[in-house]
Amino acid sequence: MSVKTLTINGKTVTGLAGTSLFNTAWEAGIRIPRLCHIGGLSDIGACRLCLVEIEGRPRLHPACMTEVEEGMVVRTESERLHAHRKLIVELLFAEGNHVCAVCVSNGHCELQDLATSLGIDHVRVAYQHPRRPVDASHARFTLDLNRCVFCRRCMRVCDEVEGAHTLDVAGRGAELRLIADLGQSWGTAESCTSCGKCVQVCPTGALFAKGSAVGEMTKNRAFLQYIVTAREKHEWIRK
Amino acid sequence: MTQPPPSGRAPPATKDNRQKLFERAMSRQAYAGHALIEVLHTAQELFGHLTPELLREVALKLKLPPSRVLGVATFYNFFSLQPKAEHTAVVCLGTACYVAGAPQLVQALERRRCACAAADADKEAGPARLSVQSARCIGSCGLAPAVVLDGRILPRVSAAQLERELDKIGITA
Amino acid sequence: MTPEDLNERAAAERARQQGFRERLHCCTAAGCLSCGAEELKRDLTAQVEARALSQQVEVQGTGCLGLCSRGPLVRRASDGAVFHELTPSEAGLLLQPGDAAAEAALAAKRLDTAHPFFAHQQRIVLENAGRVDPERLESYLAADGYSALARAVSELSRQEVLAELRASGLRGRGGAGYPTGVKWELVAKQPGTTKYIVCNADEGDPGAFMDRSVLEGDPHRVLEGMAIAGYAVGANQGYLYVRGEYALAIQRLQGAIRQAEREGLLGPRVLDSAFRFRVDIRIGAGAFVCGEETALIASIEGGRGEPRPRPPYPPEKGLWGQPTLINNVETFANIAPIIRHGGAWFAAIGTERSKGTKVFAVAGKTAHTGLVEVPMGTPLRTIVYEMAGGIADGGRVKAIQTGGPSGGCIPERLLDLPVDYESLVGAGSMMGSGGLIVMDEASCMVDVARYFMEFCRDESCGKCVPCRAGTVQMHQLLERFCAGQAGEHDLALLKELGTLLREASLCGLGQTAPNPVLSVLRYFPEELDQRLHHDAEAAAAAAATEPA
Repeated sequence: MSVKTLTINGKTVTGLAGTSLFNTAWEAGIRIPRLCHIGGLSDIGACRLCLVEIEGRPRLHPACMTEVEEGMVVRTESERLHAHRKLIVELLFAEGNHVCAVCVSNGHCELQDLATSLGIDHVRVAYQHPRRPVDASHARFTLDLNRCVFCRRCMRVCDEVEGAHTLDVAGRGAELRLIADLGQSWGTAESCTSCGKCVQVCPTGALFAKGSAVGEMTKNRAFLQYIVTAREKHEWIRK
Repeated sequence: MTQPPPSGRAPPATKDNRQKLFERAMSRQAYAGHALIEVLHTAQELFGHLTPELLREVALKLKLPPSRVLGVATFYNFFSLQPKAEHTAVVCLGTACYVAGAPQLVQALERRRCACAAADADKEAGPARLSVQSARCIGSCGLAPAVVLDGRILPRVSAAQLERELDKIGITA
Repeated sequence: MTPEDLNERAAAERARQQGFRERLHCCTAAGCLSCGAEELKRDLTAQVEARALSQQVEVQGTGCLGLCSRGPLVRRASDGAVFHELTPSEAGLLLQPGDAAAEAALAAKRLDTAHPFFAHQQRIVLENAGRVDPERLESYLAADGYSALARAVSELSRQEVLAELRASGLRGRGGAGYPTGVKWELVAKQPGTTKYIVCNADEGDPGAFMDRSVLEGDPHRVLEGMAIAGYAVGANQGYLYVRGEYALAIQRLQGAIRQAEREGLLGPRVLDSAFRFRVDIRIGAGAFVCGEETALIASIEGGRGEPRPRPPYPPEKGLWGQPTLINNVETFANIAPIIRHGGAWFAAIGTERSKGTKVFAVAGKTAHTGLVEVPMGTPLRTIVYEMAGGIADGGRVKAIQTGGPSGGCIPERLLDLPVDYESLVGAGSMMGSGGLIVMDEASCMVDVARYFMEFCRDESCGKCVPCRAGTVQMHQLLERFCAGQAGEHDLALLKELGTLLREASLCGLGQTAPNPVLSVLRYFPEELDQRLHHDAEAAAAAAATEPA
């Protein structure tokens, strides 16, 4: 497979053909903000946080779904990108009901981390205060839609890794919601194997293990990389 | 908008042969998962709305995850998970209709709908008498503003004319 | 059917038509149907039989005659006269040729076909409207139908068809105007034998109904265009994705496909050649975003109509991951004439960079509303004032809106702009699918922007954050403006959100959603300003200028 040489933020990097800009940057130690992307699952390019500038192209491109090309000149940070990322995170905060102070994921939340790293100290757009349900019918886990950012990691891990496809999204636009099977309460969804992978990949406190108190819910994402590595490279022993 | 799509091929459905027609429609599509939308169209055409039982059967026969079936059924405006009202009025809110006064038509219809619902409040539960919906453009911009009442287009309709049409079908104030 | 059979059948039908003393074409497009066209046609047929004129007079249905606001319309073939709003007894007068009294009585119902509304039109896409019976294949054959397909499969190589397309300069009629020939070549040069042709008939822009008119009035033309495309790029399967709302169009397309398959115009051996082509209909289920090509593909595959990031573009990876050519109805409707008359003929029409004609659906406050097909480069002023007759009650045009929710408004003073892709984009709007809404002084531009933002909010699929959450916020801000409650910071936020949506949204819906607002900021900033400073006064003004 051929190797492509490109420039990211002035730094010369290389990546195998077919690799995404996001992964190539990551390997070179360049961190690009993201929410829907998670290594080991397919990409959907939905959160728009990993948008980057590519010289000679008028549009912004999602780093997770853009393949490296020879001679590409990429910028992952700029005033414009920073402004966009900030506003996107503000929109997410205003869209749901995110109250960090009482959240199980307080201190271990990707949305919170994004806000901190982007320097968000207040939200300029109007809070929507939607009425969203909490589904605590599952024996081990709780789904609190108030904290959902619709990154769809849970439904992808359920479909692509576990193979159950219990979770999906229903409705559209601002009425989007996460469903289990035919929209019944999660605890009664026949297809759910209670594997808990969805909980581990959830970036916020929308999915958490029962019994967690404020700030107690930490998530283990390493399992995903382990499964993928084991499956693709046949490496079952962790190095 | 919930005007039923014309399958153009299904024979008239009666209560007892609906299940058979539904099965035939799925088999005509070779139970292919990619025919999901076509199958949902047929199901709604035959049964009026999509019940959980229907969705479950579709998931089973087309070999699709149930959450995917519900996800698709709720994505499109056409599909309804609720029983249909006796009468349906669809107000076109396309740009031409909007500038020609469609919002006033919606108001007139809503008044009637509320009046009917209030009058029926003490009766036993059944489907609503009138459902008021809006369409994003029915493509009859030359006839703006237009309302589709029970499948019939009322062209260049005024609020007063619309109320007279409602009187005729028994949706009275 | 062989190409020779095709010629014979066409000649026979022409001879049959010439056998009639008179042919009356009743418009049976949706507009006229809702004004009683079906009843009129039935009544007229009965009158013909009652007077034992069946051998002399033919009554047939036909596609949209254009002036939808005056239906039901009937066209008299012998002299091309068009009559409007006929009652059955008046229609009976059409059966009395040479009767001066009858003619005098009909005079009041006779449309002036020399009126610019008709006279300024140049019809390519709509050439058969009012002439061909959409339910009879023979009728289409008599109008040279399928002769372009016959020529393509029996006389031209794939490369020659592609060359004609490229020479024609045709650009996509669905929105952005991508050169059709280039797109076809992209698909043609993809390796592999499984490729698809998709016709986007999910016409969703509020205010646009030209595709509906073509599908209802001339369905075979679209099938012929798709088949030629299949031949040129090497595809054997086509999908026609039609809006579920277009019941009549679906019915006529289904009929047309059946006829074409029966006669060997579609199917395993198209016109007795080695080319095989099949067309299936997919009925949309009410989602505007499915007009976006990747969402359309997701929908044909039976999923939620959510777009995905491009690249890869559909010509490389489309339906089921295979090379896919997607064009809209009006684009496909141009194909047969281009192959019949040659690319050079088409390229001679229009402007330097926009060739051919464009169909516009003129609606709003004008005296005449309906479909007009004009050469590219026609000034907007000609369409609005001369053809559509200006504002109905003598009022003044304030602005026109083109491109639907992705477009913008163009103020009266810029109406000398010629219609072509670049001019409209330069003016902050876009060609879009060709909806053209005329607004008068009573229309509030902020309210129109709010209307379109509400549309985009409701039609957002919800996949990407800027569009899903941003349209909600922008709509609320515009509501504040309409209610006179907005402050300076609201204006700043509105602009910032507009930039975010344009630059960061995943698909065209979100990227163009701010356009109506941006064009108000560009041309009518005073209307936003008014609502900014004087709260109470502005609220009163907003209420007063609510569209009547």
